[in-house]
Amino acid sequence: MIKIIKYFLIDIIKNKVILGLTLFFLVTSFSLLYLDENQTKAVLSLMNIVIIVVPLISMIFAGNYYFNAYEFKEVLLSLPVARTRIILSEMIAVSISLALSLGLGLGIPALIFGAGSTILYLILITMVLSVACAAIALLVVILSREKSRGLGLVLLAWFYFSLLYDVIIMTLLMNFSDYPLEKFVVFLAALNPIDLCRISMMLKLDISALMGYTGALYKEFFSSLIGSAFTLGTMLLWILIPTLISIRIYRKKDL
Amino acid sequence: MIQIQTLHKKYGNVRALDSVDLTWNQGDVIALIGPNGSGKTTLIKCILGLVFPSAGDIHFMGRSILNSYEYRKDIGYMSQISRFPDQLRVGEMLDILTDVRNVKDSDRDMELYEEFKIEQIRDKTMKSLSGGTRQKVNSALAFMFSPKVLIMDEPTAGLDPVAVEILKGKIHRTDKSVRLMIITSHILSDLEDFASRINYLQDGKVRIDYSFAELREKSGESRLSKAIAHILNPS
Repeated sequence: MIKIIKYFLIDIIKNKVILGLTLFFLVTSFSLLYLDENQTKAVLSLMNIVIIVVPLISMIFAGNYYFNAYEFKEVLLSLPVARTRIILSEMIAVSISLALSLGLGLGIPALIFGAGSTILYLILITMVLSVACAAIALLVVILSREKSRGLGLVLLAWFYFSLLYDVIIMTLLMNFSDYPLEKFVVFLAALNPIDLCRISMMLKLDISALMGYTGALYKEFFSSLIGSAFTLGTMLLWILIPTLISIRIYRKKDL
Repeated sequence: MIQIQTLHKKYGNVRALDSVDLTWNQGDVIALIGPNGSGKTTLIKCILGLVFPSAGDIHFMGRSILNSYEYRKDIGYMSQISRFPDQLRVGEMLDILTDVRNVKDSDRDMELYEEFKIEQIRDKTMKSLSGGTRQKVNSALAFMFSPKVLIMDEPTAGLDPVAVEILKGKIHRTDKSVRLMIITSHILSDLEDFASRINYLQDGKVRIDYSFAELREKSGESRLSKAIAHILNPS
């Protein structure tokens, strides 16, 4: 298994896209931290960029790589290697390269400018988020037959999690504002990995006062130990469940 | 060695394979022939586990291949269109296959590798190779691990005449008594020299399943193409 992960990793690095991404994160993070005197403000800008860009990049990267490595997987499949191992290796290799790219790209400037715990937390959460997004994208492309449709659906999934989901929740809250929905909203946040990460980061930045009454509830819940465990556990589920479904489907898929 | 038992495969409404029953034994060289879209490649993909049959079973050395993958260590496969990862170099490809198969370098069969002069293109990427050259690499790889079952889908397509002769020579020299070879081709004269058993597929059904000797006897023709035509259209 480690052998196969290794070969996927070599293949990804040869692709050079991941190097470009690392450079992009490096430049973004460096310029924001360099330009802004106030580190909290810089971290806030960084968060706003990262929360939109990282899911998009992770999903497109994972989805595109699935199709790019199609022939490679065919070659591996003609060898005595189980399908489960092949698709799991691909998922692990994609996750490692995305997490490393983010860790280095955002981490190096942070270390240069003297990172606080906030920015390290932001980087860590972003790494977990990128892996969850990769897992979702992998599931979407495995379900679709051809590249153009697969990548289209990946974009749609990103659109849903980044924008549409929030619109739905807002509509819900507006229409049912007479009812006590606060606890329910915490639950709804867990159904969207991007929202969950955004909330978790915002609370770390101590700007939850901007979020009004719900923010207070969020703060109470998410800053407790149970809240942190809840965030981490839910993110792990967002990685594990799509991966497991992907494996199940891939095992029985005609290639 | 390979038993195919009432194998069905449907793609939507299309019956790619319709109740295929075949038994292939060690020592056989199977000529798997049929018009385009007759189900040859689907059948091969089923054997390789790339495609899952809708019904039926395939036994490899007495064991069902469904939900199994270890059996593939005994198969060498030369695909129809050599689809290889573009960015990999020829040498890297070779090393990966050797490594994943856990074969020692010294145990490899390098005859085709040398005859096709693949050493000289080791550092080229797969993308930069011409179709014929890729097919040469493909065939060298299929023979390299001396598999018990050798499956070749259109092996001569795209090869230049010299390369075809080299490949045919290799098939001739290979010890057939210990293995099973399955060759598909539209060029029947290529198959005539080796085939011991003829399987003709049409619309997913097996139309002819005779040994070459039986086929000659039944049709009264010695040429493969004429014999098949005679069986299919007895006039």
